[in-house]
Amino acid sequence: MYRIIRKEVLNPNVKLLEIEAPYVARKAEPGQFIILRVNEDGERVPLTIADFDREKGTVTIIFQEVGATTKMLGSLNAGDSIADFAGPLGNASHFEGVKKAAVIGGGLGTAIAYPQAKKLHSMGVEVHVIAGFRNKDLIILEKEMAQVSDKLIVTTDDGSNGTKGFVSDILKKLIEEGNTYDVVIAIGPPIMMKVVCDVTRAYNMKTIVSLNPIMIDGTGMCGGCRVTVGGQTKFACVDGPDFDGHEVDFNELMRRLSMYKDHEKDHICRLGVQ
Amino acid sequence: MPNMSPKKVPMPEQNPEIRRHNFDEVALGYTEEMAKEEAERCLNCKHRPCVSGCPVNVKIPDFITLVAQGKFEEAYYKITETNSLPAVCGRVCPQESQCEQKCVRGIKGEAVGIGRLERFVADWAMEHLDKKPEKVESNGKKVAIIGSGPAGLSCAGDLVKLGYDVTIFEAFHTAGGVLVYGIPEFRLPKELVQKEIDGLVAQGVKIRTNMVIGKTLTIDEIFEEGFSAVFIGSGAGLPSFMNIPGENLNGVYSANEYLTRINLMKAYKEDSMTPIMKSRSVAVVGGGNVAMDAARSALRLGADKVYIIYRRSEAEMPARLEEVHHAKEEGIIFKVLTNPTRILGDEKGWVKGIECITMELGEPDASGRRRPVPVAGSEHVVDVDTVIMAIGTSPNPLLRNTTPDLETNKWGCIVADENGKTSKEGVFAGGDAVTGAATVILAMGAGKTAAKAIDEYIKSKE
Repeated sequence: MYRIIRKEVLNPNVKLLEIEAPYVARKAEPGQFIILRVNEDGERVPLTIADFDREKGTVTIIFQEVGATTKMLGSLNAGDSIADFAGPLGNASHFEGVKKAAVIGGGLGTAIAYPQAKKLHSMGVEVHVIAGFRNKDLIILEKEMAQVSDKLIVTTDDGSNGTKGFVSDILKKLIEEGNTYDVVIAIGPPIMMKVVCDVTRAYNMKTIVSLNPIMIDGTGMCGGCRVTVGGQTKFACVDGPDFDGHEVDFNELMRRLSMYKDHEKDHICRLGVQ
Repeated sequence: MPNMSPKKVPMPEQNPEIRRHNFDEVALGYTEEMAKEEAERCLNCKHRPCVSGCPVNVKIPDFITLVAQGKFEEAYYKITETNSLPAVCGRVCPQESQCEQKCVRGIKGEAVGIGRLERFVADWAMEHLDKKPEKVESNGKKVAIIGSGPAGLSCAGDLVKLGYDVTIFEAFHTAGGVLVYGIPEFRLPKELVQKEIDGLVAQGVKIRTNMVIGKTLTIDEIFEEGFSAVFIGSGAGLPSFMNIPGENLNGVYSANEYLTRINLMKAYKEDSMTPIMKSRSVAVVGGGNVAMDAARSALRLGADKVYIIYRRSEAEMPARLEEVHHAKEEGIIFKVLTNPTRILGDEKGWVKGIECITMELGEPDASGRRRPVPVAGSEHVVDVDTVIMAIGTSPNPLLRNTTPDLETNKWGCIVADENGKTSKEGVFAGGDAVTGAATVILAMGAGKTAAKAIDEYIKSKE
């Protein structure tokens, strides 16, 4: 069993849990993920590592309550335990030689972008963070992001926080203002990552995306997480989850993510979708 | 006087018409009377050819004699002297190509039903014996086992009997490996696998789940935790695909994913949280036991039509005869000498058919089987909404990628000698991780051999 030592409600649907998992904490790096099960009959749900503390032996996850499992997870409190917590899985992100980076988070993707910004910032990289949300009530991690960035722009689709526009529009503006990035890291819904990649492709700017397709084991065993990258089939769990965004077939990714949409209507659950 | 009937005592089975709609076990097992009657067919040959056909050297004539005498408890202990998982072996071993192939009774008529008798004894013991295995006094030496499938369990079983402090590291949340994620309930009930594992735990074997070796811990870090030797029994878990157009359409599964959803994640149960496609018509590509398992599972989940698509002829199929026979009885449609060329999708990206080409057999290839060659212009489309690829698996790269001093071959299999010794000091390996995808019993045999080698290795270090 893995004990929850801290819980935070970031917005009505998004929650943070800090979980005791010393083995995972010892190895965790930004970009990697874990697979958890809430209870003995639960689904295996992959979630990206949002933060970790090697000394305390804890790993932090941030998730949106979208189905039965994440709702169940969200109902737990500090002191409760979950049945399984395996990881760290996938490959760590690599930032060698980067001097200036744009880190883009869309909605819940901000939680996954945060450890990347934090790592880059700690390496002395100039970090510009763009975080986008549908409206101001859904904003998460604004304070944390401010601490690990040289420039932070939080934007909303409806302009309710005073800044209106999609993250891709803001990025385009920053580039047009003369910012050149060694790498752009885009994490969020597939459609957002796709649009960001369309923007950066025009400037030939390297763009890394983090993919979260449906998966069961997270170790290369099921092949459910197949994605086409540069015309080749890759397993997101062992070959990723980070990929060159300009090579990813986003339309296929979105189609494959919809595989159990009908099932969800019946059971309100999904195996492996964040 | 032995029972000279040329045929085995028939195995009671669920009626095909009924069982194709449920996940209950197909074969129901012998009664005590049936078991005694079958046991009496054994001639108790002096040269014991059957034993040489068994990868774990079960003392076959001895246990069968005890069954004939009605001494079932003694028979059980005779089997478990060399076999840690009799209830599993009695069900899924290919006896027809091992012990039973060597049976003298098989020359004129059918071999003695060794597998059926082993299963009977194991089931009888589970029902009647309140197994409290005696714990062997610990010698204080720790051995780590990576993977809790048949190779790991059998290695653990032998080492714990020798007094070692054995810890199994399992990546999944449940122990059992392919026995729980791969082989379906109707062939190997999971409750039974759990009982076999509980037996090992009662003897002192420790199991640590959620430990993805190569990620959570490396092999070197395992040694740092004070282990004297490591056995790798991590299997062959990486699914192969054909690399034909349309393989990433919605509705295409690897057999691994399909079976894992159904078995490990319990999608076969009505109240399960695990989604699985409600298929109308399914094509399973491949001719092995895994293909049969996937096809028969699809049928049980409610598909109207299930096809096995196999590029060679039925004679070359690697699946056990019994599995092919059961699949046919249940109504699986066999399309042999047929090979997929592409998978067709509808406008929304879901599978709507599989295009195949007819094959004919040409000259023998490297495997000695006649090579299938396409018949020009014979392309045709089979109407399906689901495709399951069951064309094989290879060892997972996680371990070899994180253990640079572990030698592997061009197929990604770990290189080990006949005793399971690898290129890395103190590291042994066996089962599918070494051989590539094979059988449960061969993996168990390899685990057993490695246990002996590990014992000798540790003693030589003292």
